[in-house]
Amino acid sequence: MREFGYQRADDVSGAVALLAADPDARFLGGGTNLVDLMKTGVERPARLVDVRELPLDGIEPTADGGLRVGATVTNSDLAAHPEVRRRYPALAQAVLAGASGQLRNMATVGGNLLQRTRCGYFADVSRPCNKRAPGSGCPAVTGEHHNHAILGASDHCVATNPSDMGVALAAFDAVVTYETLDGPGELPLADFYLPVGDTPDRETALPPGALITGIILPPAPVAAHSRYRKVRERASYAFAIGSVAAALTIEDGVVREARLAFGAVASRPWRAHAAEAVLTGAPADGETFAAAADAELAAARPLPDNEYKVTLMRNLVVAVLTELAEEAAR
Amino acid sequence: MTTATTGGRTTVRGVVGTSRTRVEGREKVTGAARYAGEIPFADLAHGWLVLSTVARGRIRSVDTEPVLAMPGVLAVLHHGNAPRLETDYVGLLGIPPDPTAAVFQNDRVPHLGWPVALVVAENSEQAREAAEALVVAYDEEPHDTRLTGAHPDAYPAAGVMPAETEKGDLDAGLAESPFVVDEAYTTPEEHHSMMEPHAATALWDGGRLEVVDSNQGTTWIQGELAKMFSLDESAVRVRSEHIGGGFGSKGLRAHQVSAVMAATVLQRPVRVVMTRRQMFSLAGYRSPTAQRVRLGADADGRLRALDHRSVSQTSTVYEFVEPSAGVARVMYDAEAHRTANEVVRLDVPSPTFMRAPGEAPGSFAIESALDELAERCGVDPVELRLRNEPETGPVSGLPFGSRNLEACFREGARRFGWDGRDPRTGVRRDGRWLLGTGTAAASFGAGAAPSTALLTAEADGGFTVRISAADIGTGARTALTMIAADALEVAPDRVRVRIGDSDFGPAMIAGGSMGTRSWAWAVTEAARELRERLALGTPVPPEGITVRSDTTAALGSLAQKERHSYGAQFAEVAVDTATGEVRVRRMLGIFAAGRIVNPLTARNQLVGGMIWGVSMALHEEAVRDRVSGGLYAPDLAGYHVATHADIGDIDADWVDDSDPEDPVGIKGVGEIGIVGAAAAVANAVWHATGVRHRDLPIRPDRVLSAAAANGGAAGTDGGAADA
Repeated sequence: MREFGYQRADDVSGAVALLAADPDARFLGGGTNLVDLMKTGVERPARLVDVRELPLDGIEPTADGGLRVGATVTNSDLAAHPEVRRRYPALAQAVLAGASGQLRNMATVGGNLLQRTRCGYFADVSRPCNKRAPGSGCPAVTGEHHNHAILGASDHCVATNPSDMGVALAAFDAVVTYETLDGPGELPLADFYLPVGDTPDRETALPPGALITGIILPPAPVAAHSRYRKVRERASYAFAIGSVAAALTIEDGVVREARLAFGAVASRPWRAHAAEAVLTGAPADGETFAAAADAELAAARPLPDNEYKVTLMRNLVVAVLTELAEEAAR
Repeated sequence: MTTATTGGRTTVRGVVGTSRTRVEGREKVTGAARYAGEIPFADLAHGWLVLSTVARGRIRSVDTEPVLAMPGVLAVLHHGNAPRLETDYVGLLGIPPDPTAAVFQNDRVPHLGWPVALVVAENSEQAREAAEALVVAYDEEPHDTRLTGAHPDAYPAAGVMPAETEKGDLDAGLAESPFVVDEAYTTPEEHHSMMEPHAATALWDGGRLEVVDSNQGTTWIQGELAKMFSLDESAVRVRSEHIGGGFGSKGLRAHQVSAVMAATVLQRPVRVVMTRRQMFSLAGYRSPTAQRVRLGADADGRLRALDHRSVSQTSTVYEFVEPSAGVARVMYDAEAHRTANEVVRLDVPSPTFMRAPGEAPGSFAIESALDELAERCGVDPVELRLRNEPETGPVSGLPFGSRNLEACFREGARRFGWDGRDPRTGVRRDGRWLLGTGTAAASFGAGAAPSTALLTAEADGGFTVRISAADIGTGARTALTMIAADALEVAPDRVRVRIGDSDFGPAMIAGGSMGTRSWAWAVTEAARELRERLALGTPVPPEGITVRSDTTAALGSLAQKERHSYGAQFAEVAVDTATGEVRVRRMLGIFAAGRIVNPLTARNQLVGGMIWGVSMALHEEAVRDRVSGGLYAPDLAGYHVATHADIGDIDADWVDDSDPEDPVGIKGVGEIGIVGAAAAVANAVWHATGVRHRDLPIRPDRVLSAAAANGGAAGTDGGAADA
């Protein structure tokens, strides 16, 4: 392991200044992904600026009835927060579906948003990877890709975003707040992750040197009736092969409002707008749910070994929406 | 345990058979027990292995100069400067050394991840940084890393048993059978993935080579290193006190050999530890298999013809055979009976022994095929197996030692609730889950190998056993304490068992489910002799009275028999065909495994094997990237083993299995637990869904694809080792 510098930041402006002073520096949150990548040589920062002790660990209501979650709130604390569980249950479920108890105790909200893909080629510095070494190629397209993207990918990269938390945030229109040397800024999650295109190495729209300070969950009554389901290759402690965050408001058997996002199918948490359009105003039944899934998955471009994900996501959408509808009917 | 006081001397009987916690348990759970990679040494240097990044070719150059100038770097060993090794010999296991361990002897690269250099530095971080900076240039050659059952280079290979056996007219037998099963089964490349990575420290001390290691047999490794480095065996001492799991992987490997080389060159202690990723190419693995089973049976399910062919892979430098077709040589007879183990030499690391080599993948194929036969004949799967119990060894013709498979099935069926099972598939539902049950038989050899033991009556009234046994997590140290206590008729707290040191003399390794049986034999013999000596009434001198036993002669006089342990596995699964998820809700294994020394640790071994069987059925699979020839995502995030959440209500128990002719009566429980477990799960998945899965692991995508194809024989979708 290469030697690196380590500094603990005392306040937000200090953290941003420390990072700006060194182009090879990285912010360190819980370190649950970055430290692994440093061990394998994927990341080789000259300096770590530890932001875990910054005073960004609160979860507070916003004036308009939403929630503001600080960037250093741990995944465990986020999932356990009573207001999160009451108002955005799918978010708590998503966080608890990820990693292990020990990792969730360390991992932070800000770090979760910036975690890197678990594509095995990205993690192996002896292999080409357009995300890690731009222009070197993507072995996954013709190689191992049974858990790679079916939506929004390109020939340059078919890696998926591994976050569970992000899927629920995408469904609930979360906004990411950040701080730079020039002052604060914010990005809706929909704009936070960049399309893959031919620059898979550029993952977010954060300005250079920006420090994520938190997320804002806008008020969303529909979110109170939400759930997250994750399918993976063992019962626990594995990344998803497909996941769904869904919320439904049903009145008189008709869907009034729907929120739907997919995980493990794209380079970012995938908000299913086409499916939501089909759902809204339609009868809350299996036929509608299947039509909604099909509308979203019409854009799927699976590779030979991940075609199953189209079936999986269709089945998962129908199953989760059916559960929500049955719950609402009770 | 009963205690009796006779004439002032307390005698104790019957510790064996009672549950005892591990004698070193407190040390282990408090962290006081030191493992090989964490034992301190003065002036210790650290070696880091550099592995090839190509799958086949030659090393053109190793650019050592820049690396030698890096901080702390002491040496770079490679094929151009490393000590020469002797490899033309046969070791303790009766086989030549795997050249994967004989590192740096030539410029050939036979697989990706082959050790091409060792960088030694003052600390491990410096060694690692320099190792990662070392530029090695290769002349690359095209590689072949893909096993198929139809690979043109497959050839019959013997390994630990004859390559082929044949009797009767197979074609005629199949043609005459009213019911025939003819199916292909595959299992993927699987890795041991024990908790503790391989680690060794080598040093020269007063003209003697000392190696502090984590291995499955200290005299085994001592012998190998002595021959490799052309040393007298007495000039080599290998110690291995605590071992965090072995499963067949902890034999002679690159870490010990390269550490000895570096310690010799630098004349100071050198430690080499493998990383988890390195283990995936340096520590051995279970070969993938492509198997074909053909069964022909009468209307009542009695076998008339049996054919089992298994193809596995090995490296281009070493022939290791995963003998999956050996199962039927013990388990099932038929007038026409043929079995064949074949291998293909590929540009891959050498596979090795892994928990129940042969039986684990072989039982998946044949026990799945028997379930298919039961389905076709309309005979209950338990009944089908009982109808096919052989009188004598199907191939050897030898009588069996104790064979209590029927008792396992009867007891297992009763406790599992098998009787009255509805054979229809796809009809039991619990919410989104389809439910099903499955069963399979298990067997594993119960052998013994010559061992020696030293037993000392101490002047303070205690007893010390010294034997170069290995406790790889099985509880061997505790079992030997109990056996010695009973043999000496004293309480176990008066017995101290010292193991894991080659200076204690030759003994069997912890392997082949033969360790405890072999060591117990030697300890019992020594105890008998010591008691005779003590009975003479000679006072015990300050240095104690020591006797040495050697079981070589006693083993040679044992009658030739088919000696095995047996088991009946039962599993209940839940399958969501909409998502492809499979959960094992319940599992029961009933075993006939001889005399059970310590029920607590024996159950732990058996349940551990069954859990691994679940993991094998549903999760474990190392995926080889065809372009590079290396593994995809070789770490414990990419290679999935079962988690706690994957394991439901699981239990193991045993039936009485005494063999009055056997002087020890112990059969070993290290491997039998995994045998048949994957087949029981796969058979239960069929019962739940009506779909046969003949390729492991039964991943969600396979279940989904099979369900999408609407049942039928869609369980086969062509894995990495498609037949």
